[in-house]
Amino acid sequence: MTDYYDAIVIGAGHNGLVCATLLAQAGRDVLVLEARDAVGGAACTAEFADGYSVSSVAHLLYGLQPEVLNDLGLKPELAADNLGTIALAEDGAHVRLRGDVAQGVSDADAAALRTFRSRMRRYAKLLARQMNRPPPRLGSSARGDLLALAKLGFDIRRLGRDAMRDFLRIVGMNIYDELEECFESPRLKGALALDAVLGTHLGPRSPNTILTWLHRHSANDGRLATPVGGMGNLGERLADLARGAGATILTGSPVQRVVVENGRATGVETADGTVYESLTIVSNADPKRTVMDLVGTRHFETGFVRRVHNIRMQGNAAKLHLALDGLPAVTGLEKRDFAERLVVAPDSDYVERAFNPAKYGEYSPEPVFEIVFPSFRDPTLAPAGKHVLSAIVQYAPHTLRAGWDDGARAAFERLCLDTLERYLPGLGKRVTSSELLLPADIEERYGMSGGHWHHGELTLDQFLFVRPVGGAAQYALPLDGLYLCGAGAHPGGDVAGAAGRNAALEILKRGKGA
Amino acid sequence: MSIAEVSLARLKTPFHERYRARDRLNEWHSWKGYTAADALFDHELEYFSIRNSTAVFDLTPMTKYRITGPDALAFLDRLVTRDMTKIRPGRVAYAAWCDDRGQVIDDGTIFHLREGEYRLCSQERHLAWLRAAAIGMDVTLREETAEIAALAVQGPTSFAVLDTLGIDGLAELKPFGLLHADFDGTELMVSRTGFTGDLGYEVWLEPGKALAFWDALFEAGKLYGITPIGTEALDMARIEAGFLTAGVDFVPAMQTVRSGRSRSPFELGLGWLVDFKKPNFNGRRALAAEQRAGSDWRLVKLDIEGNKPAHHSYIYAKVRGKMKNVGFVTSATWSPVCKQNIAIGTVRMPHGEPGSTLHVEIYYQREMHWSRVMAAAEVVDKPFWDPARRRATPPGRY
Repeated sequence: MTDYYDAIVIGAGHNGLVCATLLAQAGRDVLVLEARDAVGGAACTAEFADGYSVSSVAHLLYGLQPEVLNDLGLKPELAADNLGTIALAEDGAHVRLRGDVAQGVSDADAAALRTFRSRMRRYAKLLARQMNRPPPRLGSSARGDLLALAKLGFDIRRLGRDAMRDFLRIVGMNIYDELEECFESPRLKGALALDAVLGTHLGPRSPNTILTWLHRHSANDGRLATPVGGMGNLGERLADLARGAGATILTGSPVQRVVVENGRATGVETADGTVYESLTIVSNADPKRTVMDLVGTRHFETGFVRRVHNIRMQGNAAKLHLALDGLPAVTGLEKRDFAERLVVAPDSDYVERAFNPAKYGEYSPEPVFEIVFPSFRDPTLAPAGKHVLSAIVQYAPHTLRAGWDDGARAAFERLCLDTLERYLPGLGKRVTSSELLLPADIEERYGMSGGHWHHGELTLDQFLFVRPVGGAAQYALPLDGLYLCGAGAHPGGDVAGAAGRNAALEILKRGKGA
Repeated sequence: MSIAEVSLARLKTPFHERYRARDRLNEWHSWKGYTAADALFDHELEYFSIRNSTAVFDLTPMTKYRITGPDALAFLDRLVTRDMTKIRPGRVAYAAWCDDRGQVIDDGTIFHLREGEYRLCSQERHLAWLRAAAIGMDVTLREETAEIAALAVQGPTSFAVLDTLGIDGLAELKPFGLLHADFDGTELMVSRTGFTGDLGYEVWLEPGKALAFWDALFEAGKLYGITPIGTEALDMARIEAGFLTAGVDFVPAMQTVRSGRSRSPFELGLGWLVDFKKPNFNGRRALAAEQRAGSDWRLVKLDIEGNKPAHHSYIYAKVRGKMKNVGFVTSATWSPVCKQNIAIGTVRMPHGEPGSTLHVEIYYQREMHWSRVMAAAEVVDKPFWDPARRRATPPGRY
């Protein structure tokens, strides 16, 4: 049996759903095929212990681009909005941040934060403009490409002479040096450094970490929120929008391969052998999986395959989920503080030291944490009076040199709990159940190569014109009829939707059957 | 390898002893790290053995890869521009391979040794590129340059020599065919291929039997004028045959630094090797675009007036009554057998249409003083030397 569609989207991740919705709204007959039984991809909520649910991968909403929300007419229902950040200190002298305001630091640092944020805000806005349109192709003499390139140059120039020089000076730089120049408080520097390296294989002293920080703050100034019911709710809302626009979504239908005939993609085949035909195949899977597994390298040229093969996308962020029978009493924290984001990154050297072992395939002996208690504002996630803790833990390399056997997993989880105990004394006694998702687990569950949440390291050599690689920057892969719409494409990851939207715009621009 | 050899940093082929025994000039060069002879006694006399009797050339330094595995054919078919599915076991294909921009990385020969088992033979080394091309394919690559000793046996009496040696089935072997024979208990592979444009064979065997084979070959060839030759003689013959040398007539794409210095197959006169009926091969998209938009360069074979070889000459075309510099000569020689002053060159499109006349600027030195002539050159599209005996099957014994 074969069915024909105007477009087939592989994967119902948030980008795939955004793309499918926009294509369907433009009148295309769209089929979305999802391997898992749930929609949303890494924007999902799952029960990990009896009665306890949590956003399994991404647990905060900050990157969703306003352009995407506008185009879709979507307004996520939030359980909590504008979360503050509390940089935990073992002695209880925590530092609090919310937007431009810092508490628990010197007056000089408080002023410096305002200056830093307003300076970075301009650059993040510049970045956001680039993120919400397909990047130009370099070396092309097509009008559209030249115009887009000129726009990019113009946007940078429009910062003004001094700001432009400053931007160009720091954009490829490491955040560590910049923080050292601007601030005194170790806690403040640690918290800011953490934002630059979450989800990456980078330390604060790695080049590009200003870029990753800006990327994180490109939508809504980095304002943190959690949707009601966890991130899975957002995935379902997006799926509803897609269905409402006329798209068909089939879950539990893993795509086994992209069918290629006579040098162009003509359809997909699912695991049960069903073939769905379309001249527009849009992959929400990461570029490596798309090229290597779904299509097969033989259908591409060697130089392109080599570039895709060499995309750096080794994940380093683990997720730790704890079921708690109550909240611990922590010196310096009031009860309402558990509604905020807590971070264990006492200074930027600590963050860098946590990264060091990851370079050699070992996990951090003292990891960094981004912690939220989503049940605090959203009682649907845990039984009454009980709570869940969701933490991103770094660094846990995708491939451990000694191998991730059960012993290594248990040791790492123990070490995480021990570290947490130092910053949240009494937490250990509250834990009734736990779940540790290593990058390899995330890879297996969600099909992301390397378990990397950006589908590829977010660095200048894998950004804009060269994301995912040269020769595929505008969502079209060098195989007729095949497109990317996931985080591996410009402008990268986080639950942002920009890649899905840009891909849809590009596909629609090319017309039907292109 | 001994310390002394390492200090010389130059390998010796398994035939080296025999070459040295026949050598009178002591003129050697490094060919891909191996000691190779420029000439042994006189390059022109050596050349005449190619055209008049039998020349033996040691081609062991040619880079050789063994390609096997279930995806070997799919691998090669994507690697090169021509259709490899048509090359049956026992056949040899001359092929070119390109990068994604459709620029020639190298040309060479692919031997389909047995079902699914291939040997790629080329001037340059390509392991990095081949390994990249093997990503996602079930294929095994092995460099076997040092594991295979190889001799070219070329010239009108080459069939008679090898037949005297007693190789079964040689008479029926067609050009670009190969066969396996037994020599002294070891396997001998004989292919009817070569770099001279004449009747000739190439012989491949394990290095341990190299000297024994050499001795048997020269014993069999005693009455047929068998002669070992150096690179200079071979170079004259290959220009007559219109064959290209990588690094001379084009720069392999992986070695170019400046943009515009690499060449596509169309620009090297190898368009006949490009098969667009294949849905995918390396460089296909770029080459299809080039075919639509036109190429920048053209390879030309030139028949030049006079007898002064046009080494390194500029090529001019007459445009609106004025001489315009349109290209340059890459290989030139006086052809003794054709009695022609010949050259291979590169010119900008649209110049160099076959049958048209170009001009080459030849500088020559007489007793220290330099002189210059502007010689007319006719563009020819056939090889300068292409005798019928090259293709005759069974070949003549002469």
